[in-house]
Formats: sequence, structure tokens, C-alpha cells
Amino acid sequence: MTASRKKSREIVEAGLARRRRKEATFRATGMLATAVGVIFLGVFFATLIVQGASAFKQTFIKLDVVMSESVLAPDGELDLAYADFDGLVRNALRRDFPNVSGRGERRELYRLVSVAAGYELRDLVAGDPSLLGSTVEIWVPAASNVDMLIKGNIDPSIDESLRPISDAQVAWVESLQRSDRLETRFNTALFTNGDSREPELAGIRGALMGSFYMLIVTVALAFPIGVAAAIYLEEFAPRSRWSDLIEVNINNLAAVPSIVFGLLGLAVFINWMALPRSAPLVGGLVLSLLTLPVIIIASRAAIQSVPPSIREAALGLGASKMQVVFHHVLPLALPGMLTGTIIGMSRALGESAPLLMIGMVAFIVDVPGSFTDPATALPVQVYLWADSPERAFAERTSAAIIVLLGFLLMMNLAAVIIRKRMERKW
Amino acid sequence: MTETKITEEEAVPEARRVETDGVPAAQKPNGVAAHTVVERVAELGEKTVGEVRCDNPFIVTENVDVYYGDNHAIQNVTLEIGKSEVIALIGPSGCGKSTYLRCLNRMNDSIESARVTGTITLDRQDIYGSDLDPVALRARVGMVFQKPNPFPKSIYDNVAYGPRIHGLASDRAELDEIVHTSLDRAGLLKEVKDRMDEPGTGLSGGQQQRLCIARTIAVNPEVILMDEPCSALDPIATARIEDLIDELSRDYAIVIVTHSMQQAARVSQRVAYFHLGRLVEVDETNRIFTNPQHKLTEDYITGRIG
Repeated sequence: MTASRKKSREIVEAGLARRRRKEATFRATGMLATAVGVIFLGVFFATLIVQGASAFKQTFIKLDVVMSESVLAPDGELDLAYADFDGLVRNALRRDFPNVSGRGERRELYRLVSVAAGYELRDLVAGDPSLLGSTVEIWVPAASNVDMLIKGNIDPSIDESLRPISDAQVAWVESLQRSDRLETRFNTALFTNGDSREPELAGIRGALMGSFYMLIVTVALAFPIGVAAAIYLEEFAPRSRWSDLIEVNINNLAAVPSIVFGLLGLAVFINWMALPRSAPLVGGLVLSLLTLPVIIIASRAAIQSVPPSIREAALGLGASKMQVVFHHVLPLALPGMLTGTIIGMSRALGESAPLLMIGMVAFIVDVPGSFTDPATALPVQVYLWADSPERAFAERTSAAIIVLLGFLLMMNLAAVIIRKRMERKW
Repeated sequence: MTETKITEEEAVPEARRVETDGVPAAQKPNGVAAHTVVERVAELGEKTVGEVRCDNPFIVTENVDVYYGDNHAIQNVTLEIGKSEVIALIGPSGCGKSTYLRCLNRMNDSIESARVTGTITLDRQDIYGSDLDPVALRARVGMVFQKPNPFPKSIYDNVAYGPRIHGLASDRAELDEIVHTSLDRAGLLKEVKDRMDEPGTGLSGGQQQRLCIARTIAVNPEVILMDEPCSALDPIATARIEDLIDELSRDYAIVIVTHSMQQAARVSQRVAYFHLGRLVEVDETNRIFTNPQHKLTEDYITGRIG
């Protein structure tokens, strides 16, 4: 007995080193995996911020504009729709650089300033007609190439033919800088404007509102339907071949490529139900279909995790099935259901493929004001800008991604807060 | 291996005998001596030994069979339960005593594969009849479970839940009254009256179980079913619950499932012994523990099986 006990002790001790080695290897592998993940995430965020941060700044040029009546109202009558405000801008620029001559050179000079300058003047006069005839000092956005030059995204030292801005333009910009007529400010246009062909005018408000309307439709449809379906399947549906079939199909739906849902939306909502194209309403409907399986699966898991002892306690007291579900199961399962919903919503917010199918990839300048106005969504805007050739759209693409991630972060934060508050109730 | 098992089995009755303090020592069953006293029924048959009828029956179960799918969990159980008596259901694990208990308030309804045949009447009313809603039944037949399972709500809301869903109180004052009386009867009021708003799950195990009892009696039932109510509690908490059962037995019929023979001896007036889905023997507690009529009952209470 003693002999065999001693032997087994030796065997155990001999194996200890191997066990420790295995454990150390496993732990090192785990740490390595975590580190790789963290590094990837760090690189992702760093590049995004480095590339996108400059989009939140925009270069402006100061002009002294003479609101000449002879330009704006040659016939003595001011018509805001047809008045030549661009002419005023051109005159102002010519006054700043009197040495510029020749049509080609002048055209290059005019291109320093964004086309938005004329519109800003028009808005100014529309707001205060008494400005007519006076001289106004105004900061107007610079053209995107000037902006890129100031931000260092265009290198003025390379050959003139290789960059979108000429030597003369570079010289004019430098002269404006010297006379303090050029400065960078916060780019409010990025948040107040819809999309534009001109990078310096392009903003994400249209896409942001499009995504916002879509998510409202999605939450309003997918959450109640998903939770109701989960409760029915989990608590009331009899176990049969039909409920098994439904369960399998819900699990399959969660794995269906999202573009298929887009095709479904196109066929059903647009072609058959004749809902408007490019509308957040249709986008929201498609995204609800997309997130429903996710919400149902998460909600069922949350319901299953409610301890059966609570159900029994309530049933034993004479609570009806409805009362058991609504008084006990649902409050306990709700945090889990909300988590599932937020995961579904996050997926919906980042989805672009199904939206391409229902026309939300269109170039839409106006900010949507309702559920049926044409709109795009944030990820589609990212895709559209990433596809644009202008150098200035590159930084805006990153900026749009930053805003998208910020939107996502806010949604998750709201979910965490709601969940915490609900859990505290118990 | 075989050798050690035999020695264990021989050793157990000795140990059990010392523990069985609820029964006077002189009457204690002694494996060898008892055999010489009476001839015992040895085979597990259709017929229940002892007295299944009682003087003032409140719950009557006639030829009850329960099936879980193909599994015949309870076979042909006939038993009467009196109006203000405590009856203990004992037997080895899986013998069907909990299943029988859960038939009495139709808790088996929630198990889809479960099927109950035979008749069960409560105060001469068929509880499986179509005119009786299980919700109404469960308000009359309360249940306390093995593991204390208070709702994750305040102590007050735990007790008030039953009266609220049944609409037993017409205003807040009346509800307060019900909650306080119920807690008082469960012997918990003194300990919790200053913290009624704290969660019921924050109490100790024994207090939680008394809270569950308070919650059950707040609905004012006629019968209380208890499914091993003390198996998760320490001896002191167990003693308190047993005292409580004693007190409650004046007003309620109590059916208690227990694994502890001492507990059955201490709290019950009658004992029913289940074995492999059959009701083997029913009799007064004293007789079961001193002079069981069935060999299996004797084997169980002396510790040879179970």
C-alpha cells in the first residue's frame, strides 16, 4: 500500500512540470491573441483619426466684396434667383490680385474660392437687402484643392503637371496667407450640409438623418415583433414539427447574406407595394427583416435564462400564464433582449449592401425631412465618398466613418444605461 | 468492491437508528426483532398496505396514474388527505412522491408530455374537470418549493403579489394588513418589518423559505403543498420551518414531501411511503415508524434502501 502510494506520488510530481508548461503555453497564446486584436483595433482607430481629423477643419478666404448694383441689378430690379453673385466674387478676387491678366489666368484665380461663395453672398443679401451698394468683408470657403494644399495633402514641391493646383495658384495662396486673408476654421458644413459634388460643401447631415429615420423604423418594427415572436415561441407555442421548422428557419435567416434582404425589399416593398424608392421607410423595413432573426434568437436566449423556479413560484401562487410572462419573465429577460436588439441595430446601422438594392445609393443633395424623402445612409455615404476621385473626399470618408462609429458608440451607451437602470429596479 | 458494499449496508441501520429521535427508542424498528413480531408483505404489488382512507377527507385521489411520455411515473395511487392534517410523503429519489404532489395543484400541466388519469377531488370537486381553472385551483392549493424562490422584488411585493393578482385587497391598507398578517404567521415579521422595501433575495436561506411560505398563505389557501421545503436549509432554519408547519396545520391541510424520516416523524400525523411509482404503505406516523406492514417500508425507514 505504502509502496504504491509512493509511486503514484512520484508519477504526479513528474507530470507537474509538463502540466505547468502546457498552462504557460496556453496562457501565452491567449495573451498573444488578445494583443493581436488590440493592435489591429489600435491601428484601425489611429489611421482613421489621422486621416479623418483634418476633415473637421476647413480653409476660409477673406474677401472684400463690393455689392455693386450695376452687377446685381443691371436693370434696376434685384432678382435674387438670377443676380450674378459669382461676378461679385470674381470682382473681389480681381481687386485683390490686380496683376492677373488673361482669361486662363483669371479662371485659375477664380478657382481659389468655392462655388459656395456666391450662394453665401446671395443669402446675405436676401437677409438684409440694405447691403446693396455697400462693401462687405466676408469669409468664404476655399476651394477643396486650396484646402488640401493648406492641410499639406498636396505637395507644392512636385512637378506642376502632377498636382491639381498650378504654380500660380500656389503663389496666390501664399500671398493670401501672408496678408492674413486665409485661415482654417471648424468645418460646420460637414455637419449641416447634405452631399455635394464639391468636397468643401459635402456634408454628412443627409446620410445621418437617413440613417436616423431608418433606425427609427427598424426599432419600431423589429423590437416589438421580435420580442413578441420570441415570447410566443418560447412560452406559448406547442412543441411540434412546425415549431421546430420555424426555429430552424429563424436560425437560417440570421445567416442569410444581407443583399438578399435588399432584393426581397426591392421586389416586395418597391415593385409590389409601390413604396417610394430611396426612402428611409423602405430601408427601415428591409433592415427590420434583417435584424428580426437576431432579435428573436437573443430574446429567446434571454427568456430561457430566466430561472424556472421563478415561473413555478408565480404559477404556484395562481398566476396565469400571461401574468407569469409579463410580471416575471419579461422584466428579467428584458436586459438580455435589449442587448440583442442593440446588436441587431448596430448591424443594421453598418449595413450598406441591401440599401444599394432599394436605391439608397443615389446622389442626394437634400437633407431628408421625413420617412419618405429620398435619402442615403452613413455606410452608403462612406462608400460613395470613397469612390469619388477628389483628394478632399478621402479625408471626408474617414470623417464619415468616425461619425458612424460615434453614432454606434452613442447607441451602445444608451443601451448600457437603459439596461443598468432596469437592473437596478430589482 | 462487492465486499465493501455489504459492510456499508450493514452499518447504515445502526447509524440511522441513533438519528431517528422523533420516535421513542423503545418502539424503534429493529431489523431482526421486527421480523419476529408480524408477517410483512414483501412484494411490490397493486395494493397499498395500511389505511388509505381517513375520517374527514378533503383531497381524494382515486386510481391516479401519471405518465411522462412513455414513462409511467405514478401507478394507480389511491389516497385520501384529511382537512387539517399533515401528511408526509416519503420514499427514495425518483419514486414519484413529488410528481404526486404536483398533481394536486396541477403543476404538471406545465410539462407538455405529462398526462394524468384517474380522479382527484378537492372538497368533492374534480380538479381536473373542465369547469375548474388551474389558476383558481392554485389559489386554493398553495405550494412551497424545494429551493427558496422569492421573486427578485421587495419583501413586501413578494408577499403582496398573490393578493394583487387575485384582487384580494380592495385598497392599500387592506393589502398592508394581508402582508403583515402573512409575514407574522410565517414568523418573519419581526425580522423584516423595518426593511420591507429591500429585495427578498437578500434574506438568508431560511428567511427566504419563510418568505415563500408567507407568500403562499397570503393568498389564503386551503391546502399547502411542500416539496422538500427544508432540504436546502441548515438544522436551525429547518427547526423553525417545522415549528411553523406545526402551527399552520391547525388551519391548513399540509402535504409535505421529505427525504428526512426524522422530519416526517416530527411534523406529520400520517405518512405515505412511495416506491417506484407505487404507493406502498400509508398509515399513522407512529405505526409506520414502529411497525410498518410492508417489507419495503421497513427496509426504507431502517436505512436499507434509499
